[in-house]
Amino acid sequence: MAEFFAMGGYAPYVWSSFGLTAVVLIVNVIAARRRLQKSLQDAGRRAARQRHRSAQV
Amino acid sequence: MKLPVWFHKLGSPPHFFRLAGLFSPWLFWPAIGLLLLGTYGGLVVAPPDYQQGDGFRIIYVHVPSAYLSTMIYAVMALASAIGLIWRMKLAHAVAAAAAPVGAWFTFLALVTGAVWGKPMWGTYWEWDPRLTSELILLFIYLGYISLRGAFDDADKADRASAVLALVGVVNLPIIHYSVIWWSSIHQGPSIKKMDAPSISGDMLWPLLVMILAFTLFFAAVLLQRVRSEVLDRERNARWVLDIMDTPDKVSS
Repeated sequence: MAEFFAMGGYAPYVWSSFGLTAVVLIVNVIAARRRLQKSLQDAGRRAARQRHRSAQV
Repeated sequence: MKLPVWFHKLGSPPHFFRLAGLFSPWLFWPAIGLLLLGTYGGLVVAPPDYQQGDGFRIIYVHVPSAYLSTMIYAVMALASAIGLIWRMKLAHAVAAAAAPVGAWFTFLALVTGAVWGKPMWGTYWEWDPRLTSELILLFIYLGYISLRGAFDDADKADRASAVLALVGVVNLPIIHYSVIWWSSIHQGPSIKKMDAPSISGDMLWPLLVMILAFTLFFAAVLLQRVRSEVLDRERNARWVLDIMDTPDKVSS
């Protein structure tokens, strides 16, 4: 096991590459999700305003 | 040219919004499964390289991200061209949604390349044709994103940024052929379309799995991002208001 993590002396390079890749993938998922939530919230607020306005008329 | 009905339906924002939401998980979860399989194959199954030892394993994240960096740009440029020629809003939305993802994978390709370069070439960075043209790709992505941000009007942003995306296409063949045209510190391709690959089977399959996994991952993220773009562009459309009245239809 220790041998596996040592990566034949290349541990810092191999693990930092794979670690950064995991971070970038996770960031992309979170960013896309946040973006969609924001768009949905904006649309929801507009829809609520619209309903309010048509209720007043 | 007559286009089939399903194509027109796909171009209709409410249809696209719904279908993209349904399809995205079916791309995302296979992508995660393949990422785990490819990582296991790359770190455990593949034998150490005879020259680079275990250091070569960085290939399993570097090559897929470098591949995506140019593939996403091609998608972005194609969508921009379709948007300009046929005035198709959905195409512009695809281009706008692809850009940030492309920038992230270009960044990842550059950094994993630098981390790989240090033990193998003795340097993180060299002003080499392949490395420099990939760095320019990152700048083009960032330029595209900030150009979009400079317009309040979505139509103007679409047209101006589409032109920039098309001009930037000249960089793609430069990146691809840089290792052939100029003497480069960067190695040539490990997989060639028409040739037998220059690496062994146990090294190759995890790489192919990772490339497929990255591609599916991009497709899943792209669909969700295009949904946001469509929603923002259609802000006052009837269907958006209708969807908001039935929130369960919108989830995920």
